[in-house]
Amino acid sequence: MTDENEVMTNTSADSRKGQGGDPGAEPPASSWLGQGEAAKHRRADALFRWLATGSGIAVVSAVSLIGVFLLVQAWPSLQANNANFLFSSEFDTRDAENLRFGIRDLLVVTVMSSAFALVIAMPLALGIALFLTQYAPPAVRRPFGYIIDTLAAVPSIVYGLWGIFVLGPFLVPVALWMNRNLGWIPIFATGNVSIKGGGTIFTAGIVLAVMILPIITSVTREVFRQTPVKHIEGALALGATRWEMIRTTVLPFGRSGYIAGSMLGLGRALGETVAVLVVLRIASSPATFSIFDGGYTFASLIASAAHEFVHPLPTGAYIAAGLVLFILTFVVNAIARTIANGKMQRL
Amino acid sequence: MAKRIDVKDVNIYYGKFRAVDDVTLHVPPKQVTAFIGPSGCGKSTMLRTLNRMHEVVPGARVEGQVLLDGENIYASSVDPVQVRRTVGMVFQSPNPFPTMSIRDNVVAGLKLAGTRNKKQLDEIAEQALRGANLWNEVKDRLSKPGGGLSGGQQQRLCIARAIAVQPDVLLMDEPCSALDPISTLAIEDLISELKKDYTIVIVTHNMQQAARVSDETGFFNVPGVGEPGRLVEFNDTEKIFSNPDEQATEDYISGRFG
Ligand SMILES: Nc1ncnc2c1ncn2[C@@H]1O[C@H](COP(=O)(O)OP(=O)(O)OP(=O)(O)O)[C@@H](O)[C@H]1O
Ligand SMILES: [Mg+2]
Repeated sequence: MTDENEVMTNTSADSRKGQGGDPGAEPPASSWLGQGEAAKHRRADALFRWLATGSGIAVVSAVSLIGVFLLVQAWPSLQANNANFLFSSEFDTRDAENLRFGIRDLLVVTVMSSAFALVIAMPLALGIALFLTQYAPPAVRRPFGYIIDTLAAVPSIVYGLWGIFVLGPFLVPVALWMNRNLGWIPIFATGNVSIKGGGTIFTAGIVLAVMILPIITSVTREVFRQTPVKHIEGALALGATRWEMIRTTVLPFGRSGYIAGSMLGLGRALGETVAVLVVLRIASSPATFSIFDGGYTFASLIASAAHEFVHPLPTGAYIAAGLVLFILTFVVNAIARTIANGKMQRL
Repeated sequence: MAKRIDVKDVNIYYGKFRAVDDVTLHVPPKQVTAFIGPSGCGKSTMLRTLNRMHEVVPGARVEGQVLLDGENIYASSVDPVQVRRTVGMVFQSPNPFPTMSIRDNVVAGLKLAGTRNKKQLDEIAEQALRGANLWNEVKDRLSKPGGGLSGGQQQRLCIARAIAVQPDVLLMDEPCSALDPISTLAIEDLISELKKDYTIVIVTHNMQQAARVSDETGFFNVPGVGEPGRLVEFNDTEKIFSNPDEQATEDYISGRFG
């Protein structure tokens, strides 16, 4: 979509240049200068269109090839699977003659940790983006924005270690308190790992929230910054306070970008591997839909088993899990795109 | 309601750049005052100083006093939000809120000021839209987005939005530059109508318009690039257009400028 837009913008910019080359010239038909210029621009246009279309096709085929690869590799294992692939909590590939694997728990843990991360990161990112674009004095804006961006550069493994050794223990009292007082709500009920150990979805979700915060913030900051000045001034001239101005112009204008940015962050959280692998404790019983569960996400399970990828059939089981993750991220992206596009057309 | 404005020794800056130099003028209540002058002479800047919109631009500041019925709107105790509720503004390019419906656009200012009564809002919306000569065109699609109107309709929507809050002063920065001649005449009639209740200051590039609608006219000029704009002459409109005191005014009005 981006590619197409770029092509269109460039085409129209070039043709405009071609037509308006010389304001004092005669009508273009009789202008030898105009014709030569136009031909040159047409060639540049064609070249650019080819390049853009070519890269578009390349990307699409690469993605499709990945999908096909995953499916081909996973198929024999799915055929040999003795458990229900969608609803089983088992993931046992030790005996190649008797594969038993299902994605239920993986899906639950993946979605819950990512959703929890989003619930924490979205309001934070919104606040930071508003602060940076609307409230912070210029002297603060730069360093603060820089710090947020730097969060994106920290390696995942560092986040994982910080999560399990610093954040997890630190949050244990909070987790225990929530479990004690809100435990009657299923998602805060006691899960399948020890809360005191800290290796829960609760901890992992907060680590993920910190990791996706910079993406959501930077996208949101960018769209907020682009709110048209004339609308901001229109609101202020009506006697809007700063916050009222933000509510009537900045937020409606930036809404789609904020949602799209959040979906990007969600995509990142769904696929995060090492940090989650380090944080989450192994669970011995099925997932209970509590944030105090442990276990594996798609990505962390696959990574944890990488050394076993020797025999094709057990390996195929993990690839099947990878395929589901692949589809999941696609669905998330499609939703993000729909939201972003729908909004733009309304404007 | 209508208030008089006294501008005293005002210098207006964008950062280090002084855009308007030492202006003193007197805008009488219930009259139309026009600012004319060549592009870049500081008309818009001067206008935006009258409702504290100038300071919205980063680094922009104002020196001197602007008195609204004797009260300095730049006194440290004055809240600019309050000033802008009292001194309404219509911009050069129409800026209705694109995501709001036509009706919500008109009553946006009232809602900000705390009016919640739906029936009252509907009544005021109709009144303001009639006042802005737009009612007949939009009465069947009040719930459609304001961004879906033509440029001229959008501008009239913005005028409706500004008069819906019944300000004491109405500032207009080239309000007709996006309008067809018929809408322009309608707006001019509207301005003559509105001056019974409001003090109006209008910036225009259209000499005939200034001559038609205004009672007082200020002519601004800028000596050269990078230099501040100055108020050359401020006089009765009739005098400005028939027998101005300054040669520069005469030259500008008769088109012998630059
Ligand atoms: N946001 C800004 N930042 C810096 N300088 C500005 C800004 N806006 C205007 N200026 C400068 O201030 C001077 C006066 O500008 P202003 O917009 O008031 O002119 P104007 O008389 O309204 O012109 P026009 O008739 O073209 O609208 C100009 O030199 C302009 O370049
Ligand atoms: Mg102007």
